[in-house]
Amino acid sequence: MTVLEQRGAYRPSPPPAWQPRMDPAPLLPDAEPYRVLGTEAAGKADPDLLRRLYTQLVRGRRYNAQATALTKQGRLAVYPSTTGQEACEIAAALALEERDWLFPSYRDTLAVVARGVDPVEVLSLLRGDWHNGYDPHAHRVAPLSTPLATQLPHAVGLAHAARLKGDDVVALAMVGDGGTSEGDFHEAMNFAAVWQAPVVFLVQNNGFAISVPLAKQTAAPSLAHKAVGYGMPGRLVDGNDAAAVHEVLSDAVRHARAGGGPTLVEAVTYRIDAHTNADDATRYRGDAEVEAWRAHDPVQLLERELTTRGLLDGSGIETARQDAETMAADLRERMNRDPELQPMDLFDHVYAESTAQLREQRALLRAELEAEQEQHGGHGEHGAREGGAR
Amino acid sequence: MTTVAVKPATMAQALTRAMRDAMAADPAVHVMGEDVGTLGGVFRVTDGLAKEFGEDRCTDTPLAEAGILGTAVGMAMYGLRPVVEMQFDAFAYPAFEQLISHVSRMRNRTRGRLPLPITVRVPYGGGIGGVEHHSDSSEAYYMATPGLHVVTPATVADAYGLLRRAIASDDPVVFLEPKRLYWSKDAWNPEHPMDVEPIGRAVVRRAGRTATLITYGPSLPVCLEAAEAARAEGWELEVVDLRSLVPFDDETVCAAVRRTGRAVVVHEATGFGGPGGEIAARITERCFHHLEAPVLRVAGFDIPYPPPMLERHHLPGVDRILDAVARLQWEAEG
Ligand SMILES: Cc1ncc(C[n+]2csc(CCOP(=O)(O)OP(=O)(O)O)c2C)c(N)n1
Repeated sequence: MTVLEQRGAYRPSPPPAWQPRMDPAPLLPDAEPYRVLGTEAAGKADPDLLRRLYTQLVRGRRYNAQATALTKQGRLAVYPSTTGQEACEIAAALALEERDWLFPSYRDTLAVVARGVDPVEVLSLLRGDWHNGYDPHAHRVAPLSTPLATQLPHAVGLAHAARLKGDDVVALAMVGDGGTSEGDFHEAMNFAAVWQAPVVFLVQNNGFAISVPLAKQTAAPSLAHKAVGYGMPGRLVDGNDAAAVHEVLSDAVRHARAGGGPTLVEAVTYRIDAHTNADDATRYRGDAEVEAWRAHDPVQLLERELTTRGLLDGSGIETARQDAETMAADLRERMNRDPELQPMDLFDHVYAESTAQLREQRALLRAELEAEQEQHGGHGEHGAREGGAR
Repeated sequence: MTTVAVKPATMAQALTRAMRDAMAADPAVHVMGEDVGTLGGVFRVTDGLAKEFGEDRCTDTPLAEAGILGTAVGMAMYGLRPVVEMQFDAFAYPAFEQLISHVSRMRNRTRGRLPLPITVRVPYGGGIGGVEHHSDSSEAYYMATPGLHVVTPATVADAYGLLRRAIASDDPVVFLEPKRLYWSKDAWNPEHPMDVEPIGRAVVRRAGRTATLITYGPSLPVCLEAAEAARAEGWELEVVDLRSLVPFDDETVCAAVRRTGRAVVVHEATGFGGPGGEIAARITERCFHHLEAPVLRVAGFDIPYPPPMLERHHLPGVDRILDAVARLQWEAEG
């Protein structure tokens, strides 16, 4: 019974055009995360898709290991690993068409790479040579967003604009479980639902926001349940099941493209590594929990499915491994080269047209660099770096 | 009198100790923020507080800065003294609405009936190789908002003393922690930790006759280094550490400038619309007839904070400071 149906309720006349949604049931998520691998549904999954997902997952795992190694060698300032979350990252990117847009958070390097962006360019932000290394238009990927949830309204706006223009473009916006507490998350959800914007929100619930477990983040039955309050469907999926993530996201993308409006998908997964290489995870969680999740590893789950069904054998596994090694060797080799730093770039893109003040500051820096070069016999950037933070 | 060994301590340790002592002294003091409990904060500045005082006194909040500061307002209205941690400079921006629309003006709009004793701790500034959004110097935004105290320590002793005074203050204090000084060590006597003047007093860190460097927070060590290097040129530079940007200590600053007749303001925030503009204007208004050269500013460039590999070009360093001092001399002769 709604307020308007209550006896003695105020009934405006004529009755309001707006009617509250009477039945939230179609919007409610399943009680259990949706699974495909190891269930009957797996029989219906496209074997080619599963193999493609597998190759990419193996690559993703290797990428995480390589990037983490690069932090130890001082080649990357910081790396937030997605080991354990590869299925979400990759299945999400593969659910999009080329014309669609991806709005990643700072953790989502793998999704961006799976979208076709050069891995070295993706790492610019984390290496520290520039804030964003790739052209957002080239692959329709927004810059990795460091402030949490702030990219979500952008995704809604872009999707809305595309629809206004008559393009059937969908935006996929990714956020962590912690990010769902930010005001921007709620505002984005509400706008998306009110505007029926073609956007899909993917929450990767990996258990923690740095040290804070989900139980201290939300009192909701699940993060997917949050969708109902805004008037959009919520879906709960096993984030370590690449086939399930791909299916649920593909459904949501199709639904959005067809004019059905937004969907909130919660992928339940786990962050195997620490928050970043700079974090000490032993302060807030025990090994037993991590080990339990290792038994539900996204790469192993898919590998088991493929091998039991005879879609993958030892040589297939070896091929995928080789492919990942080649990718890692290339990444290592290219990341071990010093990036070409152009200090004068600092002034180049602050405004479309530079200002007199910036031109003055540019001249000052140029003079400093020239003096430096003279002092260090032409070694410019390198010799000078020893000067530290000056 | 027993003599207590004066031991080296880091600024982070002094800050932790300040909160601990404040919590022990006053049950109304509550610490809250992202990861401040179990983890002890990403910089470990709240380390041990949850263990000692319980999670109700040192609380891991949901991840929402507007929510953190907004709920702190309500808590303060009910008699608590919240000490709020914003994880990094640029992640405090979602809380600006609360800070500017409510925290800063609550006393004024209620004619003194609703003071808000809230301390907002913000690690700020660059020089630690942080990626984008981890190195902003946002002090000018805070300074431009009447009703807020804006404080920033540069030494271990000040970190303790000023934070204790901030927490004890009946007004909101934005307490800016220079994150690149968190691990800097000074000799410090934790048995007599309060040897610091109240908020609002600047201090002369080094005496000199040639010119006065006016600075604060992360730029203090750079200025002291510049003053040392200047001796090779035959210059004796005076160095003033502001410690408090609001309220501003006109007296100490102007006395110092009058002694030397020349002043350079040094900070890593951008120069245009930055704190140095206000400081230079105040000095000019009060000391015009004592000045032998215009007040100069050595500041960060007027650009978004650069990526870590380029930040050294942005941050004011010894050479840029000495160049400015050289220009002061030239202006005087010309
Ligand atoms: C607005 C904002 N506040 C705080 C931070 C600092 N911070 C970076 S990551 C993080 C935790 C994020 O957790 P979650 O959203 O669950 O994503 P995950 O890292 O687990 O992928 C925090 C608090 C930030 N980046 N942005």
